[in-house]
Amino acid sequence: MEHFLTEEQQMIVDIARQITDERIIPQRAELDKKHEFPRAILEDMAQADMFAIPIPEAYGGFGGGCLDIVLALEELGRGCIGVGTAFAASSLGIYPILISGSDEMKENYLPDIASGSKFAAFGLTEANAGSDASGIQTTAVLDGEEWVLNGTKQWITNGGEAQVYTIVAMTDKHKGARGASMFVVEEGDSGFSCGPKEIKMGIRASSTTELIFKDCRIPKDRLIGRRGTGFITVMKTLDSSRPGIAALAVGLAQGALDMAAVYAKQREQFGRPIIGFQAVQHMLADMATELEAARALTYAAARHIDAHPKDMSKVSSMCKVFATDTAMKVTTDAVQVMGGYGYMCEYPAEKMMRDAKILQIYEGTNQVQRNVIGQELNKEYNR
Amino acid sequence: MKIIVCIKQVPDTKDVRLDPETNTLAREGVESIMNPYDQHALEAGVSLKERCGGEVTVLSMGPPQAEAVLRQAISCGADEALLVSDRSFAGADTWATSYTLAKAVAHIGAYDLIICGKQAIDGDTAQVGPGLAMRLGIPYATCIQKIRTADAESIVFERMMDDGYDVLQSGYPLLITVVKDINEPRVPSLRGKMKAKKAEIKVLNAEDIAADPSCIGLPGSPTQVVKVFPPEPRGTRAILTGDLDEQVEQLVEKLRPYLV
Amino acid sequence: MLKIDEKLCIGCGICEDQCPFGSITIVDNIAVVGDSCTLCGACVEVCEVEALSIDNGGKAVPDDLESWSGVWVFCEFAHGQLAPVSTELLGIGRTLADKRGVALSAILLGHMTGDSADRLIGHGADIVYRVDNPSLELFTDDMFEKILSDLILEHKPEIVLAGATAIGRSFIPGVATTVDAGLTADCTKLAIREEDGVLLQTRPAFGGNIMATIVCTHTRPQMATVRPKVMKELSFDTERKGQIIDITPSARQLTSRITVLESVTATQSNVNIQESDILVSGGRGLDSEKGFALIARLAEALGGNVSASRAVVDAGWIPYPHQVGQTGKTVAPKLYVACGISGAIQHVAGMQSSETIVAINRDAEAPIFNVADFGIVGDLNEVIPKLIAKIEEKRGS
Repeated sequence: MEHFLTEEQQMIVDIARQITDERIIPQRAELDKKHEFPRAILEDMAQADMFAIPIPEAYGGFGGGCLDIVLALEELGRGCIGVGTAFAASSLGIYPILISGSDEMKENYLPDIASGSKFAAFGLTEANAGSDASGIQTTAVLDGEEWVLNGTKQWITNGGEAQVYTIVAMTDKHKGARGASMFVVEEGDSGFSCGPKEIKMGIRASSTTELIFKDCRIPKDRLIGRRGTGFITVMKTLDSSRPGIAALAVGLAQGALDMAAVYAKQREQFGRPIIGFQAVQHMLADMATELEAARALTYAAARHIDAHPKDMSKVSSMCKVFATDTAMKVTTDAVQVMGGYGYMCEYPAEKMMRDAKILQIYEGTNQVQRNVIGQELNKEYNR
Repeated sequence: MKIIVCIKQVPDTKDVRLDPETNTLAREGVESIMNPYDQHALEAGVSLKERCGGEVTVLSMGPPQAEAVLRQAISCGADEALLVSDRSFAGADTWATSYTLAKAVAHIGAYDLIICGKQAIDGDTAQVGPGLAMRLGIPYATCIQKIRTADAESIVFERMMDDGYDVLQSGYPLLITVVKDINEPRVPSLRGKMKAKKAEIKVLNAEDIAADPSCIGLPGSPTQVVKVFPPEPRGTRAILTGDLDEQVEQLVEKLRPYLV
Repeated sequence: MLKIDEKLCIGCGICEDQCPFGSITIVDNIAVVGDSCTLCGACVEVCEVEALSIDNGGKAVPDDLESWSGVWVFCEFAHGQLAPVSTELLGIGRTLADKRGVALSAILLGHMTGDSADRLIGHGADIVYRVDNPSLELFTDDMFEKILSDLILEHKPEIVLAGATAIGRSFIPGVATTVDAGLTADCTKLAIREEDGVLLQTRPAFGGNIMATIVCTHTRPQMATVRPKVMKELSFDTERKGQIIDITPSARQLTSRITVLESVTATQSNVNIQESDILVSGGRGLDSEKGFALIARLAEALGGNVSASRAVVDAGWIPYPHQVGQTGKTVAPKLYVACGISGAIQHVAGMQSSETIVAINRDAEAPIFNVADFGIVGDLNEVIPKLIAKIEEKRGS
């Protein structure tokens, strides 16, 4: 379908497509099998200026909006959402600085992120705090000119691979959500370390580790924004990043549909290609229809966010829920269309299905997204 | 270091198929692309520039549409682009092409290194690079698979041979042609694409480069194509029959003479 | 210029379909040529009403063409031995020289060439110009080009042939430029045109999709590089007599601006597939690098080497020196087993001279079967293990 992209947006698509076709797709099975971080591919992406897309021009970036990053992630998702997640998580890690950081802080970090010479990661989740951010137990205490951090973050994407981490810690425990603040921690800071890589069901090319803070001391000016605004920054960060997850889902579903349809045309049973059977046709028809709907909603949400950056929560949750549920369904059906071949690790379909599951879970489970949408509706109809 | 990379726009021959019914080339859907070997030449030039400083000028001879591959080269890191284009260049063989390119290089001025792809996939002659070097009076080496070291004074590289490779050292000016093993061409960058969109591609005609009309195009070409025909089919199309075990049995029987 | 006779053109569009560059369009039922025409001549050949012609600009024939006489073959000698293509070229060179009624000369450059000159005579040469010098032990374009160019300008042969090897394809274009000669690369067929004695040079073009016959009517010498393994050598005749002329190169000829620091010959894993008698070749149908291991096992069972189609090399499963085809190497083993290779024309161009071709492919319609002597339609993963087992069984018995 025609989505009326600008010339610049088409360039982003073309570059991301070339990287996906030439670099990601040939390597994805190997990266998945070895749980290997796609460093070389990310370097290629850096060289192609892809990390510059969401960074303002003043800091060496491209000044792109939500739709620009969505278009890039959709293409990457078509190849491998493990690689796409590693890329997206770096943007996620930098959003808190973009949203709430001081000019000095932006000057300090953003150019290196834009050039791809440094990766970022975002640290919110803990053992007792996932979708409920108020359960955060990591603390930050001001000691003279330094903050002292203690606690452990869990399941942090790009952990051990990033150089810049934006993390949430409680500065005033008794104030609840208003007692949370965000900080920048750098690789090599004293008292900061990463745990071993987690073994995951899918997105195995991405790195997921614990972040461990043991009397980790960082300079006072690493506080992002004002003290106590951490929770607001977190919410805005996730609102901004969710359409990117929807985009990965749209791309993944497209990849799965492409594979299933090509297979259905080639695979012959009872003397004809199985795409000739209505049972298969109807599955493919539903996959294609839902995929187009997910894409249209994701693009529309991204455009809405670019036009109305203060009103993004609901649309951002809507596209995340719909696109990721669609990706789960489409990848599952792709395995079904491909039958035994779909189930075998020789072929990429089963990886796509394994990968899809995380989309419904991370950056706020789809149940939490529905809460957000419900709460927004509740507010809307109060007026 | 001033580097010139020669590139050619070619039809993507891997998509060209012979229609078995009509014995004609099925050209439908065949795209024009930058000659794949030239993509490696460009990458070699751009990465040398990044290592040693300097600039990369891309040069192409071809129809006005060849501007597209020059823009692509700029999106991948070339600094300047020059197209020599004139209807009188049509029909040039490698002798006339190397003459024309030599004239264009003279127009560009000083340079240290010229890099060409090993050959173009539409002709597969591998003659233009050496021919260009001879006309410019500079040394050359073909089929370079690796650049070991390079600085402002000299360059050490590996030349692919049939039974291994030679390690060569040279000063400048120099012309090399490269094989695909030399590098992995980069994906164009966003900034490169934007620069390419706005870039001015200089176009020169035969007069601009002071080319002798008797040395260019068809009149300047010693070789002429007199006949074009489809390759002869071969073989007997003997597909073995029976179940798989029987087929394997028959095949091994046929291969007996080779099983020493 | 490509000329279109508008009276003859019927606007059938065959030329439009044929043009590899998309330069011809049919406008108002007449073919019209665009800017991208390269005068390749593909359209001229297919036009059924002969409406198309190529005008060469009325080039004058120089009057000294007759003073060029004799057929020369550059005989490659490297790492202490004659390249096999040298004697192959003497085979076709002999045919051409006899047809023209002229002498066949071999040019031998190298160091410690031993009895090579005698061998060249035994394989058909009348004269051997031998330049045996320590400076020529390792190949340099500069020295080889100067020596051969000077010899050509001095003796004026009408035809100069060389192998389309790494060495031949490197320095011969330099020679052609110096002596202002037309050069045709990578020929697969050579013949003399009856009416005027011109050399007809046939080679694949467009990735082997079409064959083109090329002539040089206005310049001498007529130069061609010829694919190894395409021409047949004459059997060695101990009775043949010939003349060996030793030439001392000048200091100018023995200078090179490029220095060879080292010449490294192939390791076992980097075997020259052109020298193999049996090749087992894998293609896209292998699906994965793992499938390639199967190919290696079959090659081992047959006592051969592994080669591949371009798709497999592009996928990085095996390095480029193993690639067979238009952009890879031309091979002519006794037995060529193509596994999972569809038989794209550019691949076939590199292996069709093989003595026996076996094709294994799951697609019965794959064009590889058109060139195969024996074909099995089936899944490689089933066929190859059975084949290996059967071969080992036969060997054992």
